[in-house]
Amino acid sequence: MKAAVITFPGSNCDRDLAEAFAKAGASVARVWHKDADLPKGIDIVGIPGGFSFGDYLRCGAIAAQSPVMRSVADFVHGGGHAIGICNGFQVLTETGLLPGALMRNAGLKFVCKPVDLRVATAASVFTAGWTAGDVVRFPIAHHDGNYTIDAEGLARLKGEDRIAFTYVDNPNGAMADIAGVLSENRRVLGMMPHPERAVEGVQGGTDGAVLFRALMSAMALA
Amino acid sequence: MKVRVHVMLKDGVLDPQGEAVKHALGTLGFAGVQGVRQGKVIELDLAATDRAAAEAEVKAMCEKLLANTVIEKYTVELMGETA
Repeated sequence: MKAAVITFPGSNCDRDLAEAFAKAGASVARVWHKDADLPKGIDIVGIPGGFSFGDYLRCGAIAAQSPVMRSVADFVHGGGHAIGICNGFQVLTETGLLPGALMRNAGLKFVCKPVDLRVATAASVFTAGWTAGDVVRFPIAHHDGNYTIDAEGLARLKGEDRIAFTYVDNPNGAMADIAGVLSENRRVLGMMPHPERAVEGVQGGTDGAVLFRALMSAMALA
Repeated sequence: MKVRVHVMLKDGVLDPQGEAVKHALGTLGFAGVQGVRQGKVIELDLAATDRAAAEAEVKAMCEKLLANTVIEKYTVELMGETA
């Protein structure tokens, strides 16, 4: 598996994400937001957490206009895989590659703690290492993780089994407890919790490693 | 041409910040506040002098960047020539 991890000014989980990919056995290329092209031959793009462009205007809004995001959109439209975590999820909704939007947390506070998530579907390369209904623990760290989507969009996500993770105890007001969603072709995942911060025991848990190992086995077979 | 853009959450989208401000106003003794919605004002100074052209351009800016039309609505107010 060859992964590319993008860095924007203000990204702060890019190294963690690169390490998580590498720990699963991937070769990882680091890409700067001004790079117009993604490296050739990659299997997946990772859009990391952080505070790209200082969260100016809206979280992820400025990053969504970066040169590299045009290449990411082309890559995804061509059937490529992508994962956006935290700010990366916000960037993917702002680019329109995933539906919905992330609003200010209902409690208005920045929430930073480990949370339990229910794996809502195992039918994706990201979640194939679990069984639907499994409970996993990842850290969250965000101010704007309150997922919202119109009623029609929510019905579609549910009907098409595209909700990847839900919160066991909703920390931010997200609609239908949604913590992560899949694209229509199931090859793009956006999620607020941080699997890359749960891949080694020293981080307090290793549930996240399951996601990266599942990706590795899917991509190695591809 | 100076243009002012107002960006607000759409009606029906819960505004947690507006709710918090409403609560704080109540705490201060302003009893009659029935609703608060918080938004953004963005002021632009454009080279364009044609009002229709400026309005069309700013609407395109709103659709592409200034507003997230999944959750936000916007209005464009033409302020006239730069002083």
